[in-house]
Amino acid sequence: MLVVVLGSLPLLAGQNLVGFANMTALDGYALFLDGLFAIVAIVIVLLTLRYNQDRGIMRGEFYPLLMFSAGGMMLMGHAVNLLIVFVAIELLSIPLYILCGLARPRVDSEESAMKYFLLGAFASGFLVYGIALIYGATGTTQLSEIARKISAKEVPETLLLYAGAALVLVGLSFKVGAAPFHMWTPDVYEGAPTTVTAFMATATKAAGFAALLRVFLFGLAPLASTWQPIIAGLAALTMIVGNLVALSQTNLKRMLAYSSIAHAGYLLMGVASGNAAGTTGVLFYLVSYAFTTLAAFAAMTSLNTAAGEDQSIEAYAGLFRRNPLVALVLGLAMLSLTGVPPTAGFVGKYFLFQAAIESNLVWLAIIGVLTSVVSAYFYLRIIVTMFMREPVAEPQPLSTANLGRSVALAITVIGTLVFGILPAPLLQLVNTAVTAFGVTMH
Amino acid sequence: MNTVSPYILLSAILFSMGVIGFLTRRNAIMIFMSVELMLNSANLAFVAFAHQWGQLDGQMFVFFVMAVAAAEVAVGLALIVTVFRSKKSANVDDLHQLKG
Amino acid sequence: MTSELIVFIVLAIISVLAAVGLLSSRNAVYAALFLILNFATVAVLYLMLNAPFLAIIQISVYAGAIMVLFLFVIMLLGAERLNQAAPQPGLRWQRPLAIGLGALLLIQAAYVFITRFNSTTVAPNLIQAGPMEIGLKLFGPYLLPFEVTSILLLVAIIGAVVLTREK
Repeated sequence: MLVVVLGSLPLLAGQNLVGFANMTALDGYALFLDGLFAIVAIVIVLLTLRYNQDRGIMRGEFYPLLMFSAGGMMLMGHAVNLLIVFVAIELLSIPLYILCGLARPRVDSEESAMKYFLLGAFASGFLVYGIALIYGATGTTQLSEIARKISAKEVPETLLLYAGAALVLVGLSFKVGAAPFHMWTPDVYEGAPTTVTAFMATATKAAGFAALLRVFLFGLAPLASTWQPIIAGLAALTMIVGNLVALSQTNLKRMLAYSSIAHAGYLLMGVASGNAAGTTGVLFYLVSYAFTTLAAFAAMTSLNTAAGEDQSIEAYAGLFRRNPLVALVLGLAMLSLTGVPPTAGFVGKYFLFQAAIESNLVWLAIIGVLTSVVSAYFYLRIIVTMFMREPVAEPQPLSTANLGRSVALAITVIGTLVFGILPAPLLQLVNTAVTAFGVTMH
Repeated sequence: MNTVSPYILLSAILFSMGVIGFLTRRNAIMIFMSVELMLNSANLAFVAFAHQWGQLDGQMFVFFVMAVAAAEVAVGLALIVTVFRSKKSANVDDLHQLKG
Repeated sequence: MTSELIVFIVLAIISVLAAVGLLSSRNAVYAALFLILNFATVAVLYLMLNAPFLAIIQISVYAGAIMVLFLFVIMLLGAERLNQAAPQPGLRWQRPLAIGLGALLLIQAAYVFITRFNSTTVAPNLIQAGPMEIGLKLFGPYLLPFEVTSILLLVAIIGAVVLTREK
C-alpha cells in the first residue's frame, strides 16, 4: 500500500490545490513530505518483520497502527488549518503511544509508553489552549486567514495572539523533542521497541517540523521579527544540551536519543532563519537525517535476539570482526550524523548553516559548528569501539541476516551516500516543494 | 454582560491549575485528570471566543477536542491499567526502570 | 450588576473550588468527583454562552462517559488511596517551579483581563447552535476532520484491546 502511495506521488506533482473547505492543501511541500513518510514507513516495516520475530513480539496490530500513524503524519504535511494540525498530531501520536507499549509485558516498554503518553497529552493541552487563544485573537483557525489578518493589522489584541503562538510553540517543541521540553525523549526512546524508536526519531520529528514550518513560516509569518529570536534561542539551547549530554551516555539507544535532540536543534536553526533557504535546509536535512538515523537503527536491530538486546556501547566492541557489513553501515551512519563529507549529513548541515548566516544569525551558526565538533567525539567513539577494540569476552549472538533487513539497510545506505555525493536531484525536489510552500518573507 | 473576558479569565485560571496539577501530583491517574482539566479550560475558551465572534467554528473545534479526548482517555487508561498490573502502583516515581 | 454576571460569579467560584479540590484531595475517587463538578459548572457556562448542544455533550460525554471510565479504572485498580510520599530529591525543584509557572500564567491572565475588559464586545447577532446547525457544519465543511476523528476512535479501540488483553 505504501508503495502505491509512493508511486502515485509523481502523478500528483505540480498540482497546487486546496480542498475540504480549504482545510488541506495539495502542494509540492505536502507531496514531498508524503514521499518521505512513505519511504520511512516502508523501511520500518521491512525492519520490523524480523525484529518482532527476534524479540517475540507477535502482534499483527503493529502494522495497522504504524499505517495510521504514518497517515496522521501525511495529513500533517497537508494541513493548512489549525484544526487539522491538531487532529493530525493526535492521529500520529495515539498509535505511537500504543506502539511504544507493544513489547509488553516488558516493563521498560510499558513505562516508556506511559511516559510518552502523559507528556504527549500535556503537550496537546498546550497546543489546544494556544490554538484557542489564536482563534480568540483572529476569529479563524485558517492559516492563510490568520496571516492575512495579521498583515492587514486587523488583530487588535496582539497580546492574546503572542500568548497563543507561544503556547503552540511549546506544544510542538514537545513533539519534536527540543530543549527544554526534551526530558521524555531518552526514556521513551530507550524503552520502546527499536523499530518504533527509529520511526519516532525520524518520521515524528519530520511531522513536527512540517507543522512548525506551516504554522510559523506561513500562518504567523508576519510576526517573524517576534518569534525569530525565541526560536533561535531554543535552537541554541537544544543543540548545546543534546550534544553535551550525549557525551556521557553509555547506552547506544540513549546516545541516539540525545543525538536526535541535538539534530532537532539544527533543524530549529533552519526554522529560525525563516527564509526560503531555511525551509530548503530543513526539508533537505529531514531527508538526510531520516536516512542516516534509519541506517543506524537498522544496524542496531541486527544485534537483537530473543534473549534480549544489549544496548550498551560496550556490546559493539569488535563488531567489525564479527559482522563487517553491519559495522560499516553503523560507521557510515555515525559519520553522516557528525556531518563528514561525502555523506548526506554534511550537505544538510551545510544548507542549514548557510540559511542561518543569510538571516544574520551568525552566532547561531557558530554554536551549530562548535556543537558539531563536540558531537564528533561521541559519534567517533562508536566507530573506534567497533573497529579497533577486541570483542567482549562472551559476545551476544547476532541475529541472522534476512531479506527485509538487507533491503532496508541497502535503501538507507544508498540514501545516505547518494544524497551526500549527488545532492542536486534531491535539492531540485526540495526547491519545488519550497516554491509551492510560498515563503513570502524577507 | 456584553464581553466574554470573565470567561477567558476563568479558563486561564483553570488552565494554570491544570498545569500545576500536572507538575505536582505523582499519581498517573491524577496527572491525567489534570490534563483533562487543561483540555476542558481550552474548550471553555473556545466556546467563549465563538460567542464573541458570533461564529460556530469555535464550537466545532470543541466538538473535535472532546472526541479526541475520549480516544486519548481510552488509550491512556489502558496504559495505566497495564503498568499498574505489572508494578502494583500508579505512582510515577516508581517508574525507575528507565533512569531520567 | 446584571443577573447574568451574578450567576457567572457563583459558577466560577464553584468551578475554581472544584479544581482546588481536584488538586488537593488525597483520594482519587474524590478527585474524580470534583472534576465532574467542574465539568458540570462549565456545562452551565456553555449554556450561558449560547452553546446548548455542547452543554449537553459536555454532560453526557465528558462528565458522563469519560469520567465514569476514570472512576471505573480507579476502583478496578483499588488505587483510590494516594500515598503522597515525600518527593524524591531530584524532583524537589518541581513543586516551586510549578507554582511559579502557575503564578506567571495567572498574572498574564489577569493582565489580559484588565486590558481587554469592556474593550471587546460580543457579536450582535446570536448564532443558532442547536444539533441541526452543528450537524450541517459537521457533514459540510468539517467532513475531513470528522472522518479523521472516526479513525482516531478506531485506533483507540485497537489500542485498548491490544494493551489490556492477556496472552
